[in-house]
This record gives sequence, structure tokens and C-alpha cells, in this order.
Amino acid sequence: MGHQKKPQLPLAGIRVLDLSMWFAGPMCTRLLGDMGAEVIKIEAPGHIDPWRGPVNPQLVKMQAPARNVPDRPYDANPGFNLENRNKYGITLDLRQPKAKEIMKNLVKISDVLVENYSPRVMPKLGLSYETLKEINPKLVMMSLPALGSTGPDKDYLAFGQTIDCMSGMAYLTGYMGEEPLLQSGLSYGDPLSGMNAAFGVVAAILRRLKSKEGIHIELSQVEGLIAFNADSILDYTMNGRIRERMGNRDRSMSPQGTYRCQGLDNWVSIAVPSDAVWQKFREAIGHPDWTNEPRFVDAIGRYANQDEIDKLIEAWTLQYNHYQVMNILQAAGVPAGPVLDAEELLAEPHLNARGYYEKMPHKVAGTYREIAPFALFSKTPLHIRMPAPGFGEHNHYIFGELLGMTDEEMEMLKKENIISDTPLEKQQGSM
Amino acid sequence: MDQVLSGVKVLDLTHYIAGPYCTKMLADYGAEVIKVEKPGQGDGGRRLMPFYKDDPRPENSGFFMYLNTNKKGITVNLKSEAGKAIFKQLVKETDILVENFSPRVMPSLGLDYITLEQINPRLVMVSISNFGQTGPYRDYKATEIIEDAMGGWSMIIGYPDREPMKPGGSQSQFVTGLFGAIASVSAYYGQLMSGLGQQIDLSIQDAVLYIQMYPTSIMEYDKVIRRRYGNRVGPFPSGILPCKDGYIGAITVTAQKWPILCEWMGMPELIDDLRFATSGARALNIDQLDAIMISWLIDHTQEELFREGQRRGLPFAIPSSAKMLLESKHLNARGYFVEVDHPSTGKIKYPGAQIQMGELPYKLNRAPLLGEHNEEILCGRLGYAKEDHSRLREMGVI
Repeated sequence: MGHQKKPQLPLAGIRVLDLSMWFAGPMCTRLLGDMGAEVIKIEAPGHIDPWRGPVNPQLVKMQAPARNVPDRPYDANPGFNLENRNKYGITLDLRQPKAKEIMKNLVKISDVLVENYSPRVMPKLGLSYETLKEINPKLVMMSLPALGSTGPDKDYLAFGQTIDCMSGMAYLTGYMGEEPLLQSGLSYGDPLSGMNAAFGVVAAILRRLKSKEGIHIELSQVEGLIAFNADSILDYTMNGRIRERMGNRDRSMSPQGTYRCQGLDNWVSIAVPSDAVWQKFREAIGHPDWTNEPRFVDAIGRYANQDEIDKLIEAWTLQYNHYQVMNILQAAGVPAGPVLDAEELLAEPHLNARGYYEKMPHKVAGTYREIAPFALFSKTPLHIRMPAPGFGEHNHYIFGELLGMTDEEMEMLKKENIISDTPLEKQQGSM
Repeated sequence: MDQVLSGVKVLDLTHYIAGPYCTKMLADYGAEVIKVEKPGQGDGGRRLMPFYKDDPRPENSGFFMYLNTNKKGITVNLKSEAGKAIFKQLVKETDILVENFSPRVMPSLGLDYITLEQINPRLVMVSISNFGQTGPYRDYKATEIIEDAMGGWSMIIGYPDREPMKPGGSQSQFVTGLFGAIASVSAYYGQLMSGLGQQIDLSIQDAVLYIQMYPTSIMEYDKVIRRRYGNRVGPFPSGILPCKDGYIGAITVTAQKWPILCEWMGMPELIDDLRFATSGARALNIDQLDAIMISWLIDHTQEELFREGQRRGLPFAIPSSAKMLLESKHLNARGYFVEVDHPSTGKIKYPGAQIQMGELPYKLNRAPLLGEHNEEILCGRLGYAKEDHSRLREMGVI
């Protein structure tokens, strides 16, 4: 443990092997990488991370006509490149014995291994925690099976949308009295699991400072998300009440809603959490007569008459655009904010004033703005230090410089398809 | 008890949801968390629904009970000089301080990071707020729905021609609480390595946008603005559709699963039907496809569809209510829900561990009553005499 007071990134010096694909595991290692860990992402020559998208440029051109599609479109996928910045990328076909040995050599010099296969895969590859801990007793291994590694449904398949359903998230989201809604492509369970995993990894590293021993951490992606609706669980265990979808309304305060404004798909959200704020709201919108009606005077009356109140508020918001409504109401101390789309988020003056986007030149993809690391650390500011790796981009660096292999050895591995810097099989990925 | 964060000392000045969830994570995984509340009323979270038996008296909020497990609770009036002195004594002994006041509060109390750093140079201070400690919206007011909107989340939930939907519950605040926990342990680890404490400025708006992989990156690369697709997120078919006894998440995810679905529906002729043969075709003819699927789904129950779908390698799922989750055989076999005993409620089930730390123990001790640990912390920890304790109470400091 060093005691020199020199600013270095919080997780500097921690090496993370990342066998994860899609979104949950990569979110975990994105967080670790953003905070300074050295993350090495491992794909296989014949098994690229599906979120790199299709290998065939023509297919990508069809899907994304406005994208600047290079010959290696899988090195220029917007989602992949955001999720995998601050990571190195190598390839290794773990089914081959030689690759297993290389993997074990990497494990020897690493602190953390992250994987999000189904619970059967790592043992089948001969890379179970029990095996790896023999090689590195201080290893922190993180597994993120969708439903955990025990229980009757442990081998069930679950993607982001499945987890939306299984966790109760979808049940609570949607228009009142209508069907549950998915998180529209956000795959909420994924980033959330990645966050739980990142917390678990760093907490385990803290313990390791004292205990000197590693640990196998596991999380069920579904369980992490259930926790985020604990109030709904407790309403049932305490009151026997099953919470249903409430649209944009709140369970206690009123009015609360998302109201149409002037312009195309232009909306503002407004919340009036107390009688005091209601008075401010009335004043801000110029004391129209309807706000004096007895049925709207107190919280109970406003709650009972939400349909009417929402219509009256929308008649007012329709005279302005969403930012204008925010300005008027915030000036009076009323919580209000525009529903922002991606273009507006990128142009957002507040986010930009906080340095929320950073431009990252990428050799293949070009230069784009990316979301910066998640918070402002006062003494060790976090930044995007390097762009997402191209497929197999750092084979030479990791195998050569880190593991000390010779060029000839690496050539041999290439010939045997154990490593590669181009995908071996044509593969259809999602966008 | 040996837990991952055993021995880590946390001072908790948080209230409502985001801050308390952050320190709950730290406390549930072994840190010693001292929660400081305002004398009299305490954390506003004590007034959040649900209340036990719908009775909104003090010490009855289930939401507060959940968010404050494993913490010790003291009351300190931070506006009084004696209260500030107690707080500063505690800061000396603290590894991580978490607060989620609006950004003006800590400086106005004379307790900003610059001041506290003088007392404890190794202090990690995590400040959670709606819009961050800097920037033009710093002092703007927000509640959950405002953060959902301004973090870009609502824009992508709901139907294209109707109002955007907030995600259910208090997701933006929970998400930020979890980011706070990640920042806490990471900055603390960095401090152990470098000797440098620091302040972390965590904004709910920033946090909500960080979890979304696509909207801004698709806009940058493809000049496409993501809007709302209802349940038709794709790839197709995929979504939540009606079935015999409710709704089913009929999820296929990859194009390769289409023939499996057709066989299962007993409609093998659809596999090569030009209207549906490719993902692109299915997207174009999704209305027809949904109608065909619903005509089949409506004869089957949620449970049948879920189990048989999974058996066939399709990640179908039931959109589950709280009741279904609590009755889930799988979750119960894993012992996910944990009983917590509280004087107001008796034993009640709470959601349990988000993460299994190997074989290390996990336990939920109930949330503190208001000021429950005043004497233990003041006299036992800080060395105040019992008389002083009474005096401080009389003066309204605690």
C-alpha cells in the first residue's frame, strides 16, 4: 500500500479480465475501466461480441443508412464503442487447450475476472473458480448469470427484456389500466446488473487488502432489479396490496404528469409535491380562475380530480415549448423539466457545462461525442482515455508485451485460429 | 461478522431515496454506517409510502425501513454550533461521507468539502444531487419524474403517438444511489492507495443518461433520434402480448429463433412465408404477425408459455407482480426474500441480497428508530458524559 500523495485514478493498478459480452458484463467493466482499472476484453476469433453488430458492411449500410460504414463495421458500432471504451481488446478461442494455458497465464497476473455466461459454461471450459483460484488465490471472480447459479430456473434464458418482465419492472411501467411496457430497448436489467457487479468487485478488492484472499461473487440479474422496486414488494408484504401501473402519476402527490407542449413530440414533466409548491405553481401560470376552484385547493382534492387538472394544465403547457415551461416553472421553484430526446441531450447546455460529453477519436469509426465517466471526481478526474478496441486490436500488446510471447509464437496462434484480428465466421448480430 | 466492507466507516447525511440506497448498499455489505437525521422529523423518507397497515404514523414507513437497514441512527441539529462540533468529531473518524442535500446546503452549514478536508484529509465525500454541484441547473428543483424526463429515459418508453412514460417506481433515484455506492468504494480504495481523499459530484441526470447505451451514440453515428416504440422494441417478434390469463413477454431476441417459434405455434408454414421470412419482413408486417401470435397466445396461460418457451430455448417471461415475485418457487428456493423484525411491524419480508459475496454472510438488521443510537455514539464513541447527552437533548441539538 503506497502512501505517497500522488493523484492517480482510483482503480489504477487493478487488472481486469473481461470475458463478458452483450451489455451487463461490459457495463461492469466499463465502470471499472472508467475509474482507471486496466480492462482486457476477451473475445474469440469465431465468437465476436454480438453487440459489435453484423460483420458484413452491406448489411450495416442497410440498417443504418446515415452511418459512415467502414470495411470493419464491427469496429464502428455506436453501442459497442460506447460500452467498451477504456478497455483493451484481444481474441482467444478458449475451447483450445493452448488458449486455456494462455488464459491461465493471464489469470495469474490479474486481479479480477468478469464473465456473464450461463452457469454451465466456465466449468465446461475447465475454467471454474475452483480451478482458477489454484492459479491465483487472490482472484476476484464475478459471475452474472441471469437467474443465479442455484434454484429450479437457473438455466433459463434471459435477455434484457426477459429480465424487465421477471423482475417486476415491466409490470409497474405503463399507461394506467393498459399492458405492461418494456423499457424500449434500454434493457434496463443489463446496465443495472453491471453496476451491481462493479460495486461487488471493488468491495471484494477492498476486503482482499486485509484478507489476502480472493472470492467468487455471483449475482442474479433479476434479483438486483427486484430491489429497485422494494416499495412495491413491501406494499404487498405489509398491506397485501398489488401495485399496478400508474402511468406518469404519483402514489401520493398531484398533479404530476407529462404534458404536451408546442412542437412535434414536445413534452414537459411537472410535479407538484406539496401545497406550498401548488401555490407557487398557481402564481407561475398567472392564477387562472380554475386554480381557485375548491376541488383543487388541497392535496386530497387535487388527487381525486387528476383527470380534470391534467387537462387544464395541458391547455397551459400547449402555449409553450418544453424548455419554456421549464424556465417559467423553475423560476418559481416548481419541479419541471423537458422530456429530452437524444439530439436535445447532446445539445443540453447544463450537461455540456458540466463536461458530460467527450470527443473520442477512433481509428476506424471516426470521431464522435461520447458520454463521459459517470461522476466528477474532484482530485482524480475521470476521462475517456482510449476508444473501444477494434476486434483483436491489442493481441500484440497483451500477448507480446504483457505475456512476453514472441512474434513467431503469435503467428502460430493465428494459424491455429486461436487468436485473430478479424472475425472467423460470418455472424449476424443485433444492432 | 466478516463481510466485504467490514471495518469501513461511513457517515450518512442522506435522506429520501438516492442517498439512503447508496449507504444501504455500503451497510448491507458490512460497512458501519452512522445515519445523521434532523431532530424531530428525521429523514423525509420516514414519510414515504407504503406504511405498515396503511397507517402513516412515525416509524411506520416500509420504504424507509427498507432503505435504512443495517444503519445506526443519531439525530443532530447541524445548524447549532454544538451539533456542528459533534458532526466534525464524527468526520475525523470517517472514511466515506455521503450526502444528498441540494448543493447549497453543505456550504451554507459551513460543512463543505474544503472545510471537512482540513479536519480529515483522507475523507471521501460523495455528494448526490439532482443536477450536480455545478452548472446552470444546479439549483433547479426535481422529483423522480423530472429526472426520468431530463435523463432521456421517458422519451423512449411508451407509444409513439402518446405521452412519454416514466419507468415505474423511483428508478432514477435508485440507479443514482447505486452509482453512489460504486463511487464510494472506488474512491475509498483510491484513497487507501494514494492517501488522497476527494469529493465526488454525482448528478442524478448524469447517472440516468450513463446507463443508456443507445440514444446519444445512435444520434452521433447514425443521425437517428430514438423515440418510443411501445412494446415493439424488436427484434421481431418480441414484446408483451395478451394471453389466456394476463400478459406474456413473448421474447425471441435473435432471428434464428423464428423457426422454433413457428413450430411451437403449430404453424410451420409461416417459416417461409415471405411476409415473415426475415427480420426486416417481420418488422414491416408486425401488425399481421402480432394478430397471428395473439390468436395462438390467447389459448395458453402465462405459466405454460413461460415454461414451454424456455424449454424450447426462447427467453419468454411473465411480467410479474409483487405477489408473483413473492410466491416465485425459484426466488424462494434461493432464499432471496429476507425476514426483518421491526418493533412497528413484527417480521416482514424484504428484498434481500443483490449480490452474493461467495460464502460471506448477509444479514438485514432493521432500520434505526429516530435517534436510537444517540447515546451509544455520543457517549460510547465520542466520549460525551451522560449528563452532556441529556443537556444536548434539552438544547435540541440531538
